[in-house]
Amino acid sequence: MENEAGALSRVAGLFSARGYNIESLTVAPTEDPSLSRMTLVTRGTDEVIEQITKQLNKLIDVVKLMDMYEGPHIERELMLIKVRAANGGREEVKRLADIFRGRIVDVTDTLYTVELTGDGEKLDAFIAALPQADIIEVVRSGVTGIARGERALRV
Amino acid sequence: MELSGADIFVHCLQDEGVEMVFGYPGGAVLPIYDALYQQDKVQHILVRHEQAATHAADGYARSTGKPGVVLVTSGPGATNAVTGIATAYMDSIPLVVFTGQVPTALIGNDAFQEVDSVGITRPCVKHNFLVKRVEDLAETIKKAFYVATTGRPGPVVVDIPKDVSTQVTEYRYPKRISMRSYNPTVKGHPRQIRKAVELMLEARRPVLYTGGGVVLDKASRALVEFTRLLGFPITNTLMGLGSYPATDRQFLGMLGMHGTYEANMAMHNCDVLVAIGARFDDRVTGNVEKFCPTARIVHVDIDPASISKNVKVDVPIVGAVGQVLREMIKQLKATGRRPDEAALAEWWKQIEEWRAMDCLKYDRDSDQIKPQQVLETLYKVTRGKAYVTSDVGQHQMWAAQFYKFDKPNRWINSGGLGTMGFGFPAAMGVQLAHPDETVVCVTGEGSIQMCIQELSTCLQYGLPVKIVNLNNRYLGMVRQWQEFFYQGRYAMSYMESLPDFVRLAESYGHVGMQITDPADVEPAMKEAMKMKDRLVFMNFLTDPAENVYPMVPAGAGQNEMILV
Repeated sequence: MENEAGALSRVAGLFSARGYNIESLTVAPTEDPSLSRMTLVTRGTDEVIEQITKQLNKLIDVVKLMDMYEGPHIERELMLIKVRAANGGREEVKRLADIFRGRIVDVTDTLYTVELTGDGEKLDAFIAALPQADIIEVVRSGVTGIARGERALRV
Repeated sequence: MELSGADIFVHCLQDEGVEMVFGYPGGAVLPIYDALYQQDKVQHILVRHEQAATHAADGYARSTGKPGVVLVTSGPGATNAVTGIATAYMDSIPLVVFTGQVPTALIGNDAFQEVDSVGITRPCVKHNFLVKRVEDLAETIKKAFYVATTGRPGPVVVDIPKDVSTQVTEYRYPKRISMRSYNPTVKGHPRQIRKAVELMLEARRPVLYTGGGVVLDKASRALVEFTRLLGFPITNTLMGLGSYPATDRQFLGMLGMHGTYEANMAMHNCDVLVAIGARFDDRVTGNVEKFCPTARIVHVDIDPASISKNVKVDVPIVGAVGQVLREMIKQLKATGRRPDEAALAEWWKQIEEWRAMDCLKYDRDSDQIKPQQVLETLYKVTRGKAYVTSDVGQHQMWAAQFYKFDKPNRWINSGGLGTMGFGFPAAMGVQLAHPDETVVCVTGEGSIQMCIQELSTCLQYGLPVKIVNLNNRYLGMVRQWQEFFYQGRYAMSYMESLPDFVRLAESYGHVGMQITDPADVEPAMKEAMKMKDRLVFMNFLTDPAENVYPMVPAGAGQNEMILV
């Protein structure tokens, strides 16, 4: 979409005005600074998704739209999670981070901050594997994605 | 040569061929008004409330097919315009609305008369712009007109901060514009059109259901040729009235909640439904679960998002209705085939039986003025040639039922948003666009009071609008629903303390007439129409208990009508 003030609110406004649900949304400028790329996750029947697609295409700021689920694609989300890691728990958190191929990116005497990338399910699983009481803070980027193979979203 | 933003603004309007701007001055647009003052190509019409400016521009647009242009100040100027913008949005009317804004340095500062105009109007415009640099002004204005008038038309708002109006830059108005993210489809897909033609040739009980899209695309002539070629029955939506001649035998009248019995029954029983430039609005479909149960549906629309939004269709065709109709005519002729004549004759026989129900009948011997009588008389006295605007409610439905429009752009009403207060200012816009034509505003005592201040504007510009006020002392449509669905508890639907409309009109320098006897309806109307250069306010005291029939109650199927 056009990298212009107001473009994001047109999309967000469309979803709230028409009663669609935004599960997650990520947006950042592309290699062409006049364009932004937004990845938006929503849910609905085929009819609802079709209507959302058409309504989004109608927005003047939307340049091109692709339904990732129409073909094979890769989804990724970044999570930073701050976990209490003291005494015996310290080893356990480290081990879990390794199992999930996470990286510890910040350390204090009592805390680890783990960086983890993957699809939403993997991040959920990591959170579930940790002792819940030890989780201090979780930040997730929202899902972004790219199609596999030749299929590409280009202008 | 370098020009100020305000001068650029005026040059843009001139280069765009704008004849008329409807507006109201204020602090943030003073530089623009100063520039307008120093030229005479673009006429500015001063209204008495910004809502009226948008409705007047809307009436101008609907009656001419050209975009309506509005200029208002920041803050309250912009918020007052919102109702008119939303009205135009719901009916896909091309408007370009310029709102003043506080200087860029003050934006977001809660400055005097500041409001986030772009934010407030976002959900009810086709697109909007905030111009931050004077260098962008001309191109933005070009884009605004381009977006408003192409594809599915609609209102576009351009917000201009005061300092942008005073800064200077080189003026160049782009002749053409292209936008990478905006390329409306115009040409219908030939294979889809072929499928539709095939379906129509196989039809045994077909109906054409056409809407405002035909008016907007100026495709009336193609529609008439297409309909006559096929011999199919045709019904119009409220927005489509006039795009097919109402006096033609193939015309079944309006469909929907207050549509005719024959139109709704034909819809319900058809086997092929061809929807053209119509959007399956809930006032048309009734309960979608019960809508056209036996029909295969073709839908032609320029907006892909309108297709299969409410009702799943079998043959979608995205394209401008005029182009698609002409292509269909071409293909129909090329096949050399005709629809099944015997089946069609049988279908028409059935339709004539429904038509014989005479669903619009009313008591012609009443000693009270019946609103239907007023509309029938209006049709007779104006010989069906008037431009008729209406407000919203019972009078709107009676006007739609009883005034037989034979030409498009003559029937001007707020169909989608249902905006009370629309009719009178819209009539001003129509009258300004067509100074020599008869322009009638059909209204009620509820609606007219929502923009009554425009009597003053009409005096200033000598607009001889004829107001037909169906005064039944009730908010009639509300009263009707309360009678039918709320056991006659008439909550707040009685208008107490009504003004003396005759003296009110006179106090604004116009002519007022009070008509109470059914026998006086026609003579009074003839007298009013003779006053070519005067605004005449005709106050008809009508039967307060009259209801609009037929009626498809909310949630019912189209065939489940309440009849007289």
